[in-house]
Amino acid sequence: MTTTSDVTTSTALAIDDLRIVVSRTGEDIVDEVSLTIAPGEVLGLVGESGSGKTTVGLAVLGHARKGVTVASGRVEIGDVPMLELGPTQLRLARGQLVSYVPQDPGTALNPAMRIGTQLLEVLEAHDFGGSDGAHRRRVTEVMAEVLLPGTPQFLRRYPHQLSGGQQQRVGLAMAFACRPSVIVLDEPTTGLDVSTQAHVLQTVRQLCREHGVAALYITHDLAVVATLVDRVAVLYAGRIVEHGPAATMFDAPAHPYTRHLIAAVPAMSGERTITGLPGRAPSPGHRPAGCAFAPRCSAATEECRASFPPIDVLADRHAVRCYHPTAAIQVRDHAEAAPSGVGDVPGDAALTLRRVSASYSGHTVVRDVDLHVGRGECVALVGESGSGKTTVSRSVGGLHHEWAGEIHLGATALARAARDRPVEQRLRIQYVFQNPYSSLNPRRSIGESVGRPLIVGGTSASDARRAVADMLERVSLTADYADRYPDQLSGGERQRVAIARALVSKPEVLVCDEVTSALDVLVQAAIVELLAELQRELGLSMLFVTHNLPLVRSIADRTAVMADGRLVEVGTTEQVLSQPEHEYTKRLLADTPRINETRPVEAVEERLADDVALHAPAVAVPELDV
Amino acid sequence: MTIVEAGLQPGLASGRIDPPSGRRGVLVATLGLWRTRIGLLLVAVLVGIAVIGPLFAPYGGTEFVGPPFTADAPDTLFGTDKLGQDVWSRFLLGGRTILLLAVVSTLIGLAIGAVVGLVAAYNRGRLDNVLMRTMDVVFAFPNLLLALVAVTTLGRRSWVIVLIVAFTAVPRVARITRGAALGVVERDFIGAAEALGESRSHILGREILPNVAGPLLVEANLRLTYSIALIGALGFLGFGVGLNQPDWAQMINENRPALSTAPWGTLLPIFAIALLTVGVGLVADGLGRAIAGVDRARPT
Repeated sequence: MTTTSDVTTSTALAIDDLRIVVSRTGEDIVDEVSLTIAPGEVLGLVGESGSGKTTVGLAVLGHARKGVTVASGRVEIGDVPMLELGPTQLRLARGQLVSYVPQDPGTALNPAMRIGTQLLEVLEAHDFGGSDGAHRRRVTEVMAEVLLPGTPQFLRRYPHQLSGGQQQRVGLAMAFACRPSVIVLDEPTTGLDVSTQAHVLQTVRQLCREHGVAALYITHDLAVVATLVDRVAVLYAGRIVEHGPAATMFDAPAHPYTRHLIAAVPAMSGERTITGLPGRAPSPGHRPAGCAFAPRCSAATEECRASFPPIDVLADRHAVRCYHPTAAIQVRDHAEAAPSGVGDVPGDAALTLRRVSASYSGHTVVRDVDLHVGRGECVALVGESGSGKTTVSRSVGGLHHEWAGEIHLGATALARAARDRPVEQRLRIQYVFQNPYSSLNPRRSIGESVGRPLIVGGTSASDARRAVADMLERVSLTADYADRYPDQLSGGERQRVAIARALVSKPEVLVCDEVTSALDVLVQAAIVELLAELQRELGLSMLFVTHNLPLVRSIADRTAVMADGRLVEVGTTEQVLSQPEHEYTKRLLADTPRINETRPVEAVEERLADDVALHAPAVAVPELDV
Repeated sequence: MTIVEAGLQPGLASGRIDPPSGRRGVLVATLGLWRTRIGLLLVAVLVGIAVIGPLFAPYGGTEFVGPPFTADAPDTLFGTDKLGQDVWSRFLLGGRTILLLAVVSTLIGLAIGAVVGLVAAYNRGRLDNVLMRTMDVVFAFPNLLLALVAVTTLGRRSWVIVLIVAFTAVPRVARITRGAALGVVERDFIGAAEALGESRSHILGREILPNVAGPLLVEANLRLTYSIALIGALGFLGFGVGLNQPDWAQMINENRPALSTAPWGTLLPIFAIALLTVGVGLVADGLGRAIAGVDRARPT
């Protein structure tokens, strides 16, 4: 655990007034970035995609991507100026002085080399310890540090013979091998499921503390940061808008953007529903003269639009760049609009599944699922990857054909394949896909894609065009999006388009398959908010498939939990989240990172006491995820 | 209702939803690229020579005008060929047939191959296997041998040559199309179309085809040059449309022996075919870029 004394006395990494620009145009990607990290300290650098957080991370390694130049500023590790090193010195510094853990361990490890060889390679490159024997000893040692077996058999494995969590541990081992003083972690747990993620995070924290390594942890996920870091810096449009100790940042966030970020994280306990933030962070070259956040800020004044606020030190080591740090901002609260709870009567069900089993080429993956969705009700279907939840939703949508049992839409039984269902039935059930980058045809304009269900349903082209324009407004886009193509839209906008396409034919049942998992937290919050709103206004019945348990509180009336192809628990969302009965649900809840309950700071002890049952497993000693 | 105009299609303000920006936008974008303009120019010049060139030929295609293989024969622009015929006249006369046959056979081969490839990729399973293994069998025959057999049994007619050249193009086009389409059929918008109950032909033609158009166009260009070569080779072997009829491909082969003394008989048709290939390639490339939206404004 970091103590204040060693923070003030030593600095492992110092970034001073860093400015990085697009070489061709001189537009800033990041500017005025100053950070210090003490040995053993973990600093979370939080920002949306495009905020420049990876650019800062790479600058710490003395690297700038192609087409990008470090214009000014200093990066110092100990007393080594990283930005002034020549190619040879840089190569020596990387690995020994500073190392990098990339986002996807699956692609970062060489698939053709045994993991032991890859680890040795790092040590040999820097001749760590000075002898072959020392290299080998260090391999075994570092494997133990990342809680992997250092046995010859294990070291002889290839990356594909390891689980995702183990691969990331090998990535960590390579980064820690030469005992660097600074380590940059670029969203290293993004691809991992919650349980594995929790264990990897534990390892990172332990290693940094024990070996006095300063860590820069880059992420868009505040919940992850909450469980791991000592301090947080929030990056918005290339500038640090607020930084401070983690406890302060979560208890008393000052910058409106930070407050929005926190409001966007689904909370496991409490009645709070998540809220999003409309708009998009300005990209390089389109940043306004004043505060970059002003266009999206409800507290913005003329002053904000005129000039960028100076650094305002609020408390010990807590600083913010905002003219109105305490002004009330509108973080809309939908507590009153929480789930309505109608439609508990099975007779009134919009969608009924009876003894549904599904298989892939004879291999059964879903067994005897009984579930109903009442009219106007939202039912969440929750489970880990491989639990069969998506297969259930695809069967409902008529995309998966290999199923048995009955699925009723209102009173009528549905055919297995969508193509065998009458047009009218197809339009009454609509499906929103997980990945908005793949669910829209890149060769069709938004207007064509959104209008297609109407054309199929026999609506005239001009009526369809009008309906598309209305629907685009409905999902908080504008009518002129109809003429754009998917590659001109951001991920969140694409998902809005996908939702518009699903709703344009006025369906009764909407099936949402992990619709937010490809999106940043703020965008996720905005999409969930939109769906909840549309569900209320249009009286939609919704089957909301997700692996994100905290998210369901914001949207679902009831929650069904799936494991190994079976429903293990069904109940009201409140019941399932606060009094889970099944072991599997309890484990899922325990492994989910969250802001308010698992912060590794003593200050929240009293809050922890209320929540101890949920909290305890999350800080348990990590096990091997084999 | 007003339509806010997208950058690519300034004039479109009709109330039609389909296509709001589709084909017209692509065409405008294609023509906006320099590579397309140069390509179109090359193609226009070569096609112009082939189509209206014969009107300007100073001599007949088989007319004797001087001693064979004489680069500076009097009253000729580019000398004479191996039979003492005027090279320039034969060049102007020799493009029409080969170009027509090559284009028609390529289009037929492309159409059939694309359908086979799309159907195989979309249906997978047994149909995919049957179709693609059949293609492999066709693929295994040497093209020229196949063409020779067909021409000797069915006669030296244009349609036989067109069909047999088309036939040899089918398996290659089918493979390319299937390969490109496999990556597309897995994507969710195909699922979305299925959930909507779109017909198979709509999914193949409107959802998948535009997404494989890029590779398909490049392949079309390649097949066109192969077709020209194959038809030329048939001509060289004496199985072309007419013996000693002026023909670019035949000219190259006939006049090769005198490349050093009377080069134009070989060089003119070589330049013609080469520039045509480059021109078609540039147009195909420009079209491919426009369809893929490579140069569309994007958020960073």
